[in-house]
Amino acid sequence: MTTLTAAEVSELREEAGTLRRMVIEMTYRAGSGHCGGSLSCAEILAVLYGRVLRHRPAKPGWPERDRFILSKGHAAPMLYAVLARQGYFPATWLDTLRALGSPLQGHPDMRKAPGVEMSTGSLGMGISNGIGMAWAARLRGERRRTVALVGDGELNEGQNWEAAMLAAKLGLSRLLVIVDHNRVQLDGPTDEVMPLGDLAAKFRAFGWQADSCDGHDPAALYPALVKQSAGPPRVLIAHTVKGKGVAFMEGDHRWHGAPLTEADYRRAIAELEVAR
Amino acid sequence: MTTATRQSMRMIFGDHLVRLGAAHPELVALDADVSNSTQTARFGAAFPDRFLNCGIAEGNMVSVAAGMAAAGLRPVVSSFAFLLATRALDQIRSQIAYSSLPVILAGGYAGLSDAADGGSHQSIADVACLSALPNMTVVCPGDAAETEAALEAALRHDGPVYIRLSRAETGRLALPAPFQLGKAFVRREGRDVALLATGQMLESTLDAAGLLAEGGIQARVVDLHTVKPLDEQAVLAAARECGAIVTCEEHTLIGGLGSRVASLLAERQPAPMRMIGIRDVFGQSGGYDALRKEYGLTPGDIVRAVLSFEP
Repeated sequence: MTTLTAAEVSELREEAGTLRRMVIEMTYRAGSGHCGGSLSCAEILAVLYGRVLRHRPAKPGWPERDRFILSKGHAAPMLYAVLARQGYFPATWLDTLRALGSPLQGHPDMRKAPGVEMSTGSLGMGISNGIGMAWAARLRGERRRTVALVGDGELNEGQNWEAAMLAAKLGLSRLLVIVDHNRVQLDGPTDEVMPLGDLAAKFRAFGWQADSCDGHDPAALYPALVKQSAGPPRVLIAHTVKGKGVAFMEGDHRWHGAPLTEADYRRAIAELEVAR
Repeated sequence: MTTATRQSMRMIFGDHLVRLGAAHPELVALDADVSNSTQTARFGAAFPDRFLNCGIAEGNMVSVAAGMAAAGLRPVVSSFAFLLATRALDQIRSQIAYSSLPVILAGGYAGLSDAADGGSHQSIADVACLSALPNMTVVCPGDAAETEAALEAALRHDGPVYIRLSRAETGRLALPAPFQLGKAFVRREGRDVALLATGQMLESTLDAAGLLAEGGIQARVVDLHTVKPLDEQAVLAAARECGAIVTCEEHTLIGGLGSRVASLLAERQPAPMRMIGIRDVFGQSGGYDALRKEYGLTPGDIVRAVLSFEP
């Protein structure tokens, strides 16, 4: 099936809302953490983990699992929320985000949190990691997929384009890169800090297949994420809104990593409750 | 004993990589368009499906290797030492070292051995850069046997290992004991002074000990092939039993073997010390032997350092 029923779509929308509330709760409690870029990828992760990736939360090391890399490691709160919802670890762990001794580090640590496939945080490395994983799978005749979620801001890093050339050279058809194209980075709009131009056209010029979709619509995301075809690697440009779901955060670069006051927290939760 | 045949360390590395590849199907090799120089091309010819030429993009190559290691392969990442240690340092730090991934980093043309190419290519700070990273093991083989043994030990080690390889020719000494990461060899006994050598300085240091013996000074030669973790017991014993220490490395004195030994002795066993190494300058083009002379790395320099101690 490459389409979802209306009921499935509404279930995933609701799940994305739950994940957003969890992100606001845990970053407020932690007193820090990146809300904007977490909120922009709620639907992407909800659809991936809920419907697309083959994985077994009770057995994180299952060899045949698909691999997911959160290249934009600062969106760790959203990854932790989805991993907890999927059962990789108890939801009570979320209360320890960024606390001393916690498995839930400020950025994902593969040695500490079950379900984290690669330690990230320094930007621009996830596509390269995905190439290594996809190449290893092909070498061993494994059919699993490798999916990397990158931020649009981190595409400023030249390593992404080194990786883009290499993945195309290797024809890694089971590698999928998703760009969370929320158009805002730490210092401001991507158009001001470092204009990205037509990302789909850029990836096509590098020899990739490129699609784009509404990154907040599960009905659009699902077929775009399950799609597999022979030939070159594929990128999905997911058009998103930074801080999506919390009006005062939406599109505002100041919410890239700012801490929430109690008043911010109450407004954000109230808004997300209404949207339920 | 040194055999008559001398061979470039890169050839020894390239050939042994092929031998290990036959026994270890999980071993894969990556290079960044210098495989015909570093000799990983030999592995590529023997195992084309297990060799990946990443083009001139060292940072990407290291992160690709991180992904391979996370998927259960044992990658050997090869390039020129300065490119791995400095251009790809973020990727090595943030992914390989941070998560202690079992990746072997083979830094070729290290020290002054890329002599004619000049200071832009000579790698004099790689040991300092990589030693500063937690979880990282740093090995500087001093001859053919250590080059092969280091590669085997790195493959057995569950964590990242940097192997510093010279382009220069080297002999083959007999291993005094089974090679273990972090376990020094005493290559020559003596109690008048201790010469602590690593990597390409091993042969010059043994030559210096021979010259000193002619003058009646019995020098102990401690072969610290592993700079990190440092064999602290071997260093402390040398300071305790020999009284004075000379460290010998083809590397900047800032952050290399000499610095590590000095830190250890200052805390635990203060002893008079001299350091043979490069004194905070970049190299330049020239013959390899001329460069070693220019920067004070010859057996004669080691002898003079020993003679400079107060009687």
